[in-house]
Amino acid sequence: MTGEQIVFLLVALFTLGSGLMVVTTRNLVHAALWLVSTLFGVAVTYALLSASFLAVVQVVVYIGAIAILFIFAVMLTRKDMRDQGAQQNPNWWVGALLSVLTFIGLFFLLQGWSGMSTTATAIPTGFDAISELGTALVSPDAFVLPFEVASVLLVAALVGAVYVAFNPRKGDFGK
Amino acid sequence: MVPLSWYLIFAAALFSIGLFGVLSRRNAVAILLGIELMLNSVNINLAAFWRYGDVSIMTGQVFAIIVFAVAAAEVAVGLALVISVYRRRNTVVADEIDMMKW
Repeated sequence: MTGEQIVFLLVALFTLGSGLMVVTTRNLVHAALWLVSTLFGVAVTYALLSASFLAVVQVVVYIGAIAILFIFAVMLTRKDMRDQGAQQNPNWWVGALLSVLTFIGLFFLLQGWSGMSTTATAIPTGFDAISELGTALVSPDAFVLPFEVASVLLVAALVGAVYVAFNPRKGDFGK
Repeated sequence: MVPLSWYLIFAAALFSIGLFGVLSRRNAVAILLGIELMLNSVNINLAAFWRYGDVSIMTGQVFAIIVFAVAAAEVAVGLALVISVYRRRNTVVADEIDMMKW
């Protein structure tokens, strides 16, 4: 085993363990904090894949914004979180069975695929992935259209979120 | 060097954990947490296929960034709906949110 494989295995074990804690722990604030550590493990995985921009965006956007949004939502809806009853469905075992079957199915599907043992070729010297990515995102013969559609989607979703969660009181609109 | 299969199996395991969270949790916020895990596992796959294919083709990373944007939009709308339902019905348990049930 090389050092890189050991690092990968440690990161994968850490990430999967945190992921299991996200879906099983009772206290939802703790689940959101375990989500932060899972997302951090995924960011380290991006770094191992030398996708440096994705690693930074994972930390800034996912951990910095989305996980914080989750913690806010958990705290705003906290009342029936800790105290009463089970956190799982009565038929949670169906979900467990389905997800184990999904994993086994994916595993054997992947085993039968010929490209599985591909190893990565070295990145050529002088190749700047970040500038390539930036060019690809705004160049008209690459991905400028999906990029703009994603921006419009984000604006529409955030305006919609404000509208849905807004709680108008008397006098909010002048009268 | 880590073979591609390790990344794919790691992503499949993370996806299955997220699926278990979505299917088994009662709390709507916890269901959204499971969806986040599933989206992350898809992103690992996209980044791994970019790295193990031709690195000069940036499609994998561009798709991953679009998944980031869609995930942010999904979380914003989902949590806004949960908070709005909580304000009206005083519950976040998915079974009890049945206003649209026929």
